[in-house]
Amino acid sequence: MDELIIAGRSFNSRLMVGTGKFSSNEAMVASMEGSGSEIVTVALRRVDVDNPQDSLLNHIDPERYLLLPNTSGARDAEEAIRLARIARAAGCEPWIKLEVTPDPYYLLPDPIETLKAAEVLVKEGFIVLPYINADPVLAKHMQEAGTATVMPLGAPIGTNKGLRTRDNIAIIIEQATVPVVVDAGLGAPSHAAEAMEMGADAVLVNTALAVARDPGAMGVAFKKGVEAGREAYLAGLGKQQDKAEASSPLTGFLRS
Amino acid sequence: MDITVNGKAREIQDGICIQELLDQMQLDCMQVVVEHNNNIIPRQRLAETPLNNGDALEVIHFVGGG
Repeated sequence: MDELIIAGRSFNSRLMVGTGKFSSNEAMVASMEGSGSEIVTVALRRVDVDNPQDSLLNHIDPERYLLLPNTSGARDAEEAIRLARIARAAGCEPWIKLEVTPDPYYLLPDPIETLKAAEVLVKEGFIVLPYINADPVLAKHMQEAGTATVMPLGAPIGTNKGLRTRDNIAIIIEQATVPVVVDAGLGAPSHAAEAMEMGADAVLVNTALAVARDPGAMGVAFKKGVEAGREAYLAGLGKQQDKAEASSPLTGFLRS
Repeated sequence: MDITVNGKAREIQDGICIQELLDQMQLDCMQVVVEHNNNIIPRQRLAETPLNNGDALEVIHFVGGG
């Protein structure tokens, strides 16, 4: 597959995966390996100091994966900026998946706070990948603020509903000057393939992998979906039309 | 003296630094980030940052997330 380039860095895989909600670290690793992903997201939370757990980082090979910390849990720009700075202090490269979700029911991103945080973080030298609603105007504002990508949602996080925002994502893809990563709501490899067929540059998947009976095999399935979609996009899909158009010749029938 | 760690009250010895507290809590400084009274403390300064009565610490690490 052709390379994905974000902020000057190239990747062979166009599938980013999350590390949340897996039943075990082994299942998470199997899924990451199956997916062929090179970018994995992680979250920041308080340590349970009374009951310290095995560190997640012991299971993620830094040579193989770019760690993409998110700002999940942030309810406003200030909290998101704080989390981004903490991630950098942890020794990560300054890549941040910016998300600001004040509403815990639908977890929809706050466009105003996300843009405010993006402006600050770009100035601080972060490579900012903002999670946004599929709003083409907002996507332009993010680009103008200097974000490295835009990450419009297909459907609310964890819903597995697929590309419910399809028409707006098409406009974002048409207009974007930075890579478009469809994030959230992709529940099946066909959803990922659909996004890639439309010309999305990459997708990010977590829940669909984590809740699968076999997360490793589902990682492989999403890898294939993403590759199929990308190859179809590059190969050039036929136009849809209402009238039938025969695939077989319309001459030489066995009748007079 | 008394401080709070991740929002919970905790009694610690007088005069210890953040690194010593992490050691007592059996936390690897390479795998956590510490905020001391809302300021991020770079790892190399954990051993030279003393704790005072009433301080608030946040000890943060990576967990799975999407």
